[in-house]
Amino acid sequence: MLGLSAKDTGFLLFVTFLTLATPILLQPFPESSSLAQFNAGYPDLMQRFAIFGIFAIGFNILFGLTGYLSFGHAAFLGVGSYSVVWTYKLLSFNVLPGLILAIVLSGIFALFIGFVSLRRSGIYFSILTLAFAQMSYNLAYSVLTPLTNGETGLQVYGSDPQYLMGEGSPDVPNLFGLVMQDSMKVPVGDWVFTFNVGYYFTAVIAIFVFYISLRIFRSPFGLILRAIKTNRTRLNYAGINTRPYMLAAFVISGMYAGLAGGLLAAMDPLAGAERMQWTASGEVVLMTILGGAGTLMGPVLGAGFIKYFENIFSKINETVLHDWFGALPEPVRDFLIGIISPFVGDGWQLTLGLLFMLVVIFLPGGIMEGAKRIGSLFRRKPSQGGGSPAPKAPVEAAETSNQPAE
Amino acid sequence: MSTNVHNVVLHVDDVHKTFGGLHALADIDLAVEEGKTHAIIGPNGAGKSTLLNVIVGRLAPTSGAVVFDGQVLTGKQPYEINQLGVARVFQTPEIFPDLPVLHNVMTPAFAKRDGAYKLHIWENLLDEKTIQEEAEHLLQDVGLWERRMDHAGALSRGDKRRMELAMCLIQHPRLLLLDEPTAGMSRHDTNTTIELLKKVKERGMTKIIIEHDMHVVFSLADKISVLAQGRIIAEGNPEDVRNDPKVKEAYLGGAH
Repeated sequence: MLGLSAKDTGFLLFVTFLTLATPILLQPFPESSSLAQFNAGYPDLMQRFAIFGIFAIGFNILFGLTGYLSFGHAAFLGVGSYSVVWTYKLLSFNVLPGLILAIVLSGIFALFIGFVSLRRSGIYFSILTLAFAQMSYNLAYSVLTPLTNGETGLQVYGSDPQYLMGEGSPDVPNLFGLVMQDSMKVPVGDWVFTFNVGYYFTAVIAIFVFYISLRIFRSPFGLILRAIKTNRTRLNYAGINTRPYMLAAFVISGMYAGLAGGLLAAMDPLAGAERMQWTASGEVVLMTILGGAGTLMGPVLGAGFIKYFENIFSKINETVLHDWFGALPEPVRDFLIGIISPFVGDGWQLTLGLLFMLVVIFLPGGIMEGAKRIGSLFRRKPSQGGGSPAPKAPVEAAETSNQPAE
Repeated sequence: MSTNVHNVVLHVDDVHKTFGGLHALADIDLAVEEGKTHAIIGPNGAGKSTLLNVIVGRLAPTSGAVVFDGQVLTGKQPYEINQLGVARVFQTPEIFPDLPVLHNVMTPAFAKRDGAYKLHIWENLLDEKTIQEEAEHLLQDVGLWERRMDHAGALSRGDKRRMELAMCLIQHPRLLLLDEPTAGMSRHDTNTTIELLKKVKERGMTKIIIEHDMHVVFSLADKISVLAQGRIIAEGNPEDVRNDPKVKEAYLGGAH
């Protein structure tokens, strides 16, 4: 179905189900429980999961398949955001033209930056992309102020022309009248599930672009990108000119980033230069590595993981800790709070950094490798207990190695 | 030289190659006939690999030209030369160690089918039955079919060479260059490889072989050129070369 094998179709349906059920799955704790603050099922955070998931999926097509580490993908994120806000200013608050413009413009940007940067590989490629992104950031911040509104950030003012604004058009981002920030709250017992228009809009796009990435992973094009990662010399002597393939991968991942940036502005009609800063480029690298570079699901999980930490862990401050340990005798309580507090609240990045180090050292394949190891533990057990024939194991291993990207 | 000149597919025309002051190749003239196996032998450092590198475009000759089937190869990129129908097996196997064996063999087939630039984003590898079947068939020929799902990096050196040979054969090249195809192989593996290369010969593929192993050379070659110190000192059919006193002195006698 859809040009996929039965196994991949099942996988895509599973991912689709998870994405559509996210508002329920991320709300596991009842409202009245003290764990409710760990619930992630609110619109703003879910939108970020989907948007940065898209960003990471695209980045993975470049980094995961070809091994070329771009440190400048945030530039495309910024281009996407500015494009969408400009269509708000010039046309109307309908997000569709802006998103199309975001994809096209970031594609053109990526074509140029990729053409220059791909003359080098390895660390020099990374530095070139970083230089381009920092250049874009500084330009957006200063010289290009007429286009970007510099420090203040680009936003819509009452004086903007908005030529396509009709009488009844909503004055917030919408899709043909469907307002992004609208939500439906559904209380079920002690749980409250929020179904947000913006989230479902980004979720549908995310599923679609995930499908595209799945097709790329399974295509001859994807095979050649993997081959570039492992031996470019051989490809050359096998009759392949690697540069067009690299450039195509770079432009595709740039367009993904542009789409993600556009969606950020589609959820919240603002665009600022800080979106292009190198920290934003580094973040998508972390997401991809943490989740598992070169795997299909890894970058999405990595994106979710980091955004969850950023939004949930950062909220646990000392007051919250006092609530948790309130019942303990004072010296024990103070001791525990003293130990834990540097790692939560404003210190969430410390925990994330430590986790990242642990993952890179012990699970170089990221979260996906961890999942695979746990999976193989469970798979081995029945074969030991049930005494199923031994030769089965190598065949299974062979099958997974045939499709290294789950 | 006067007979069958029209059948020559590869001309190496007065090629010189110097590295600084070192004359790696001098006055090299070579005519490789269609469908024949042409062996280039010579002691270490004679310039055999340099010659091969000049033919495939890895090195540019200082002067002279290489002409394949009427096209000048000199100055062309390796991928352009491959697209003309020249494939090469390296002395140190150049493979895709992180990919499964089957995909290693399938990848060059796509290059052959689609050319150097074409991007197929919207096809599924699993639908490429013809290419996959041919790859599996070749893997059976080289005795690696059972290992087709293993990562190529996990193969032994001899297996890597045989896989690399399959990677070249799937392109049906008109000219196959083999840089010591049996180096590092056991006697048994060497014999299997000779049989395999004989099979290739029956298909009418032209081959240039660089080889140390005289057993391999005399089993396969139709014509032998002996290289010593960057020059061709003798050329002819295996019997003549074997009995040539100059060759005995420079290579066969001198080396042993």
